[in-house]
Amino acid sequence: MNAATWFGLCGAALGGVGLFGFSTNPDPLRKILAFNLVGSGAFLIFGVIAKRGAAVGLGGDPVPQALVITAIVVAFAATALAIALLLRLFEEAGEATLDSNNSDDIRRNEF
Amino acid sequence: MSNVAGLPHAATASATLVLAIIFPVVGILLSFVLGGRFVERIALILLPIGLAIASTIFVQVNFGYHSLEYIVGGWTPPLGIALRADGPSAAMMMAAAIVICAVGIFARADFRTAADGSETRASFAFWILLLAVWSAMNLIFVGADLFTLYVALELLTFAAVPLVSLDGRAETLQAALRYLIFAVLGAVFYLVGAALLYGAYGTLDIAILSERVRADPTTIVAGAVMTAGLLAKTALFPLHLWLPPAHAGAPAAASAVLSALVVKGSFFLLVRLWFDVMPGVLGMAGTQILGILGAAAILFGNVLALRQPRLKLLVAYSTVAQIGYLFLMFPLAFSATSSTLQSNSALTGGILQAISHATAKGAMFLSAGLMYSALGHDRISGLSGVGRLLPMTVVAFTLGGVSLIGLPPSGGFLAKWLLLGAAIASGQWWWAATMLAGGLLTSGYMFIVLSRAMTPAHKPLSLQATVPRYQQAAALALALCSLMLGLVAFGSFDVAQISRPTTASIGLQ
Repeated sequence: MNAATWFGLCGAALGGVGLFGFSTNPDPLRKILAFNLVGSGAFLIFGVIAKRGAAVGLGGDPVPQALVITAIVVAFAATALAIALLLRLFEEAGEATLDSNNSDDIRRNEF
Repeated sequence: MSNVAGLPHAATASATLVLAIIFPVVGILLSFVLGGRFVERIALILLPIGLAIASTIFVQVNFGYHSLEYIVGGWTPPLGIALRADGPSAAMMMAAAIVICAVGIFARADFRTAADGSETRASFAFWILLLAVWSAMNLIFVGADLFTLYVALELLTFAAVPLVSLDGRAETLQAALRYLIFAVLGAVFYLVGAALLYGAYGTLDIAILSERVRADPTTIVAGAVMTAGLLAKTALFPLHLWLPPAHAGAPAAASAVLSALVVKGSFFLLVRLWFDVMPGVLGMAGTQILGILGAAAILFGNVLALRQPRLKLLVAYSTVAQIGYLFLMFPLAFSATSSTLQSNSALTGGILQAISHATAKGAMFLSAGLMYSALGHDRISGLSGVGRLLPMTVVAFTLGGVSLIGLPPSGGFLAKWLLLGAAIASGQWWWAATMLAGGLLTSGYMFIVLSRAMTPAHKPLSLQATVPRYQQAAALALALCSLMLGLVAFGSFDVAQISRPTTASIGLQ
C-alpha cells in the first residue's frame, strides 16, 4: 500500500465520520462542523487524485490542486454563511434549533 | 414538424455567452460602489438588457439550428474552459430571463428605494441577490465542464439562501439555515463525484468526458453520488423537507424566483450529467429509480398540497409535486434497445415542463403574495370575496393552475402530452397513470382554492393594503406566458433537440 492509497482511505474515513455526525446530530452547529469534516474528506481525495495523476518528474497533477483551492474557498464561504444565519437565528429566537415545532405553533395559533 | 439535425460539434463562437454571465455581476459591483440609493435603478436598467441578451442567444440557437460556443481566454479544453449553449440551455435561459423580468417589475412595490434615498437592508439585498441568481442560472445553462457547473451551483445556493430570510424573522431564518445545510451537503456529494470522474478520465469537460466515459464501477459510483447531491438541491422526494417552509416563508417575489428558477438549476445539471456526460451509464434500473422517486413526489406532494390550510404552503407543496414530473423524463427517455438515454420527445417534454412550471409557478407565487398583502393573511378558508376584490390576480393564479393541471393550450399540457406520448410509446403505462392521477389531484387543490375565492364574502372585506395594478399585471403576464407556451406546438417547438447528440423527429401525433 503506498501513501496515496493511505490518504485516500483517510479521506473516505473522514467523509464517513462526517456523514455519520451529520445525520445523527440534530444541533445545527454540529451539522455545520460535520459538513466541514465531509468536505475535508473530499479535499483529501482531490489531493490523492493529483498525486496519482502526476506525470513523470512532477510532484502532482496541478489541475486537481487548482480545483481543490476553489472548492475550499466555496466550503469556507458556505460555512461563514451558515454561521451568520445561525447567529441571527439565535439572536431572534433565543435558541438555535432546526426543530420546526415552534413555527408549527405559530401556524396553529392563526386559526 | 421541421427538424434539422444539428451536429453536436458545429458551433459558432459567440461572446454573448460571456455577456449573459457578466452583466448581472457588473450590476452587483456597481450597486456596491454606488450604494443603496441606486441599486433598484441599476437592477431595473439591467432587466431589459438581460432579456435582450437571452433573446439574442435564443434566436441564434433556435433559428440557426446550431449551438454557440465560447472558449474562455482562447485556451481550448481540456486545459481551458468552454461555455456552450445548445437548445435546452437557450430555452431555459429565455425562460429565466422572462421570469426574472416579471419578478423585477413586481418587486418594485415591495423593495422600492426609500423616499429619502436611504439604504434599507431588505431592498438592497433583494436586488443584488436577484442579479446574482440570474448570473448563476446563466452560468449553469452555458457551463460546459463539470467544475464550472459546481461553482455555478454554489453561487446559485449562496444567492438563493439569503432570499429565503429577507425579512429576518426567526421562522424564515430557520428555513434558510435548513435549506443551506441540505444544499451544502449536496454540493460536497457533487464535488466527490467530480473528483472521482477526474481521477478516472483526467478531464471534466463535458464533450471530452462523454467520449471517454465507460460504465465501470468508478463512473457509476461518481454518477450516483453526484445525483444524490443534486437531488437534495432539487428537493426531489424524499429530500424535499427543506422546500415548503423556505419557499412559503420568503417574500412573494423571492418565493417566485426560488420556486420557478432555483430548483431548476440543479435539475438542469442532472440533465447535463445523464444526457450529455454519460447517457449509457444510468441503465434501466437507474432510470426506473429516478422515475419512482418522481412518481412518489407527484402523489405525495399533491396530497400534502390538498391538506394545506395556507395558500403559500399549498403552492410550495405543489412545487414538490411538479418537480416529480421532471424526473419521469428519465425512464421515458431511456431506450431499452441501445440502453442509453435518448434526447427524444421525452427530453423535450421534460424541458418544456421545467419552463412551463417556471412561468406558472412564478405567476402563482406572485398572485398568492398579492392576496396575502391585500387580505393580511393567506388562509384558504378566509379567501371568500377575493375573486371580486382582485379579479386580475385570481385570473393569474387560475391560469397558472391550468398549466400545472395540464389543460390545453398551456405549456403544461404540451409537456405532459409529450411525456404521456413517450410513456405509451415505450409501453410504460404506469408512468402515464401516475401523471393522470397527479393531474386529478392538482385540479382538486385548484378547485378548493378557486371555490373559496369565488364565493362572495359574508361581510365586506377590509383591505389591509392596496395592491398596485402593475404588480397584478406582472403576475398575469407570467401566467399568460405559461398559457401561451402550449401554442409553440404550432411552430417548431423542438428547440430542446438542437445540437443534441441524437435527434429524432417529434410531433403531436
